[in-house]
Amino acid sequence: MNIVACVKQVPDTETLIKVKPDRSGIDETGIKWVMNPYDEFGVEEALRLKEKLSGEVIIVSVGPARALETIRTALAMGAERGIHIVDPALDSADPFTIASALAAAIKNIPYDIIFCGQRAIDDDCGQVGAILAELLGIPQVTVITKVDVDGNTIKVTRPIEGAQLIIESSLPCVVTAQKGLNEPRYASLPGIMKAKKKPVDVKDAASLGVSIDVKAKITKTLPPPARPPGKIICGEDPAEKARELARLLREEAKVI
Amino acid sequence: MEERKMAKGVWIVTEQRYGTFRKISFELASTARKLADQLGEEVVAILLGSGIEGIAGELGKYGVDKVYVADNAVYEPYTTDAHATTVASLVKEHDPSILLLGASAQGKDLSARLVGKLATGMATDCVDLKIVEGKLLASRPMYAGKCFGEVMVSSYPQMASLRPNVFPVVENAKNASITKVDTPIDPGQLKTKVLDVQKDTSGKVDLTEANIIVSGGRGMKGPENYVILEELADILGATVGASRAAVDAGWRPQKDQVGQTGKVVSPNLYVACGISGAIQHLAGMGSSKYIVAINKDPDAPIFARADYGIVDDLFKVVPELTKEVKKLLE
Repeated sequence: MNIVACVKQVPDTETLIKVKPDRSGIDETGIKWVMNPYDEFGVEEALRLKEKLSGEVIIVSVGPARALETIRTALAMGAERGIHIVDPALDSADPFTIASALAAAIKNIPYDIIFCGQRAIDDDCGQVGAILAELLGIPQVTVITKVDVDGNTIKVTRPIEGAQLIIESSLPCVVTAQKGLNEPRYASLPGIMKAKKKPVDVKDAASLGVSIDVKAKITKTLPPPARPPGKIICGEDPAEKARELARLLREEAKVI
Repeated sequence: MEERKMAKGVWIVTEQRYGTFRKISFELASTARKLADQLGEEVVAILLGSGIEGIAGELGKYGVDKVYVADNAVYEPYTTDAHATTVASLVKEHDPSILLLGASAQGKDLSARLVGKLATGMATDCVDLKIVEGKLLASRPMYAGKCFGEVMVSSYPQMASLRPNVFPVVENAKNASITKVDTPIDPGQLKTKVLDVQKDTSGKVDLTEANIIVSGGRGMKGPENYVILEELADILGATVGASRAAVDAGWRPQKDQVGQTGKVVSPNLYVACGISGAIQHLAGMGSSKYIVAINKDPDAPIFARADYGIVDDLFKVVPELTKEVKKLLE
């Protein structure tokens, strides 16, 4: 089974995001970069399927030079090789352009399943997996918490509001991973050593024939709207505080 | 892109389940009406489903001028293929300037596929939309709400998905015209199939759609103690949520997690019990209209975000709060 896992390098979830004074983006100073957690579930699932069904896992990432660390992390977890698409023109590209670059890199390699994270926790767009599937002309199953491969089909579990769907798809297809799919492994020390020698192909937009045509642009990055200062509710005992809170929610906030 | 300047109309893709519109459909209609009035264009809705033709007229109440209805068994249950193919074919034929969907589970899946099919741009999970110099300008949270981006979509149709529960539903009665359209799909060609729909039998509203959420974190000390939150939630008609710490400890299911790696929620009221307020949690619930924090640690970061805070033992406060709310609501 040939499996592709797409990964993106993002700021760690504990990062305090600071907006640049000119509002052109975020201040990247001091950020700890990690693999997007949802992509990590995809990589783990890819590795488990490979271990069960044999085959190869190829990691594909679009990102600046530092994103190589994230590809190496996936290789250390057990993937065979990587493709790193580096191009300054792609640094602030929109999801359609990123997906076009991924599609151009993936279309020339064999694949049965492509994993992506259901969204990246930086820009939170959640579009790339589906666009990639469309560009490759294959089906998508998104936000998936369980995967079973059976011959030429795949059976997945997709939670939606108030229900879980069990969906069957033909292969090849794109699966976007949701938390709950698995518990990603840590890279072992021998894995980390081996990863250093695994091949990573480097491509740019021109070599992939991808044109950069901005369709959606972030014109301004802003800090979240400030919340008015809150009230600490005082009282003799928990009962009195609870009574006052209930009153405020009813009379002041009018939410109950 | 000169030739695309003729693109006209604010379009929405509605969502229904079992023949009933989901609230997001009315949020879409009301928002589209507002944008269309600024542009001097009409609001057009797409309605796909099986046995749903009768409900199309309801959209007129919220400002929709025209509804395209495709009524066919192939649309139930929802599959990406069937819905995306139909919507894309209508959009290509009529060339709207704006196309809006809900950022619901179905809307997210469908809208992203449409971005691919229509080779356009989309602002995901928006919390505000306006028209600036004739173009759509979207405001959306990024990094789960740690910052916000203003997004300009420069290709047509300009797409945006709307975060559920954020945009107001406004009545604005129009006599919506209803046009039946063909279904350009051969069911045999569909590559995905829904084998089973396992309904959640708890009867609780999903966190992303809840008006009130009562959430518990590490301070709950164990899964057995969530019963006090469930009692409060029952009285309030709320849904119970959890922090990552509580989910990772195995106290609550994954689907209950609120935060950057869980659900991003925007209820009217969020009651955080025994939640310290890790950055990744604050990101997921920061857009709640009112936030209450109950925690015995006065230095917990959650208090900096709370509208109302109680510094005390939650195991004493929450049962009292349940009693008080019960009295008020009786």
